[in-house]
Amino acid sequence: MDGFMRIVRLAWSYLRIGIANEVQYRVNFFIQILQSFIALATGLIGLWVVFSQTTRLGGWSQPELLAVMGIYMLMGGVIQSAIQPNMQRLMNEIQDGTLDFTLTKPVDGQILVSIREFRFWQLTDVLVGLVVIIIAVFQMQVRLGIGQALVFVTTLLLGGIMIYCFWLILTTTAFWLIRIWELVNLFQGLYAAGRWPVTIYPDWLRIGLTFLVPVAFAVTVPAEVLTNRLTPLTLLGAFGLATLLMVLARFIWRLGVHSYSGASA
Amino acid sequence: MKRYIDFYLTAMKFAVLEQVQYRAQNYFYMVGMIVEPTIYLVVWTTIARQQGGSVGGYTTGGLAAYYIVWTLVRQMNVVLTPYDWENRIQHGRLSMELMRPMHPIHWDVAYFAGWKFVMVFLWIPIAVVLSLIFKPTLNPTGWQVGGFFIAIWGAYLVRTMMYEMLGLITLWTTRVSAIFELFFALELILSGRFVPMTLMPAWVQHIAYYLPFQWTFFFPINSLVGSPAPIDLLTGLGMQLMWILIGVAVVKVVWHFGIHRFSSVGN
Repeated sequence: MDGFMRIVRLAWSYLRIGIANEVQYRVNFFIQILQSFIALATGLIGLWVVFSQTTRLGGWSQPELLAVMGIYMLMGGVIQSAIQPNMQRLMNEIQDGTLDFTLTKPVDGQILVSIREFRFWQLTDVLVGLVVIIIAVFQMQVRLGIGQALVFVTTLLLGGIMIYCFWLILTTTAFWLIRIWELVNLFQGLYAAGRWPVTIYPDWLRIGLTFLVPVAFAVTVPAEVLTNRLTPLTLLGAFGLATLLMVLARFIWRLGVHSYSGASA
Repeated sequence: MKRYIDFYLTAMKFAVLEQVQYRAQNYFYMVGMIVEPTIYLVVWTTIARQQGGSVGGYTTGGLAAYYIVWTLVRQMNVVLTPYDWENRIQHGRLSMELMRPMHPIHWDVAYFAGWKFVMVFLWIPIAVVLSLIFKPTLNPTGWQVGGFFIAIWGAYLVRTMMYEMLGLITLWTTRVSAIFELFFALELILSGRFVPMTLMPAWVQHIAYYLPFQWTFFFPINSLVGSPAPIDLLTGLGMQLMWILIGVAVVKVVWHFGIHRFSSVGN
């Protein structure tokens, strides 16, 4: 328990430093807002083009797809603010051999590399995503109970955990492959698939996006909660896969650290 | 002239030798890139099926052809991103490149052109797999194949000049990401990257005709998968040439004024 509190305190310190660092650059906030709106506009134009040709896409109506887009933005904001910056830093440190300084610290290495960076202004995407979700819920004219809202938040959390594990596994390959900045592109390409409900994809892609890359659990499943499509089995699967991925990420991380030889230091 | 040819050949050879070492990484990059058109293809195929097999004149086979050729055009369209320029300037690497007796842009053009050979080679198996899955219908004429071959290099140069121009903005301000993102968004919508331009409303197509974007995606793709007359192909290639020349001129002017502002941050 003591160890746990120590980690929480450490994470809190890093969070504060991250925020303090970012609020120095207040103009960046407006730039970020602008970027969030550009992303929103692009997404809306995409939906508009699609729905100018049809009224439903694979059984999903326009407001339902708007909800998917909101969740996609929200989760994207979480990834960009808390997950990806950490992983990119880890990537660089493995390549440069400066990870030595992190590994020698008296805290669990995996935890430390996962909490060091926080991009506060990126949270504008979370905010915009949230607004889009609320508008979509109004448009769908569904009544959300407390229970459903709780399940929604749970699925979002599980989705976030799965994305983190997936990112960590990807990044850990740097221990063997050294130069992997292309992974950022790979991940962003795969994540972009979450803009649409994975149910419209052919089997092989849908299965890949569910189990290999947990985009389905990060975006589509929370959207299924809001549109009353979720089955208890899916929820159970989300818990199961999240646990599995955490164990797997931990295992691969340990394997990676073992084969790390400090390229330059 | 001879020294330029020498330089280009050497830089291209260098790019090939360097990139061949990073095959796994090149594949990572490519797989990420191939997901994007697959998503669009699935979305539009779904719509086409719902409407009895075609949307806006594209059958499912036609859509498959469009987005598979898209993946090749996308490889050809990989250029130095404006973010690399930002990096170059923020870290002062540009100082070193300025010492060379040649404009730094030559290196970019030559290096990425050389890299294309590795990319396209690695792309072939991916194209085969995609074709087996999505079954494209593709019957180009000899004219079209020839036009396509020139058009993809034209597209490469048009996009290179656009992105170099964008990157040079970093000489004035290092807060450029919003400008870049806006530009990427415009490109996505107006280039035929998200959807064949012919599925866009007429007024959007009209605007796009007078912008550089569609000459880097829609035009080369359509020159192979559509049924353009030889005169359309020539017009398109002419438009590409025009945009390349405009790009070169703008980059020259911007460079002339911008380089004086460069104060070598970093080392």
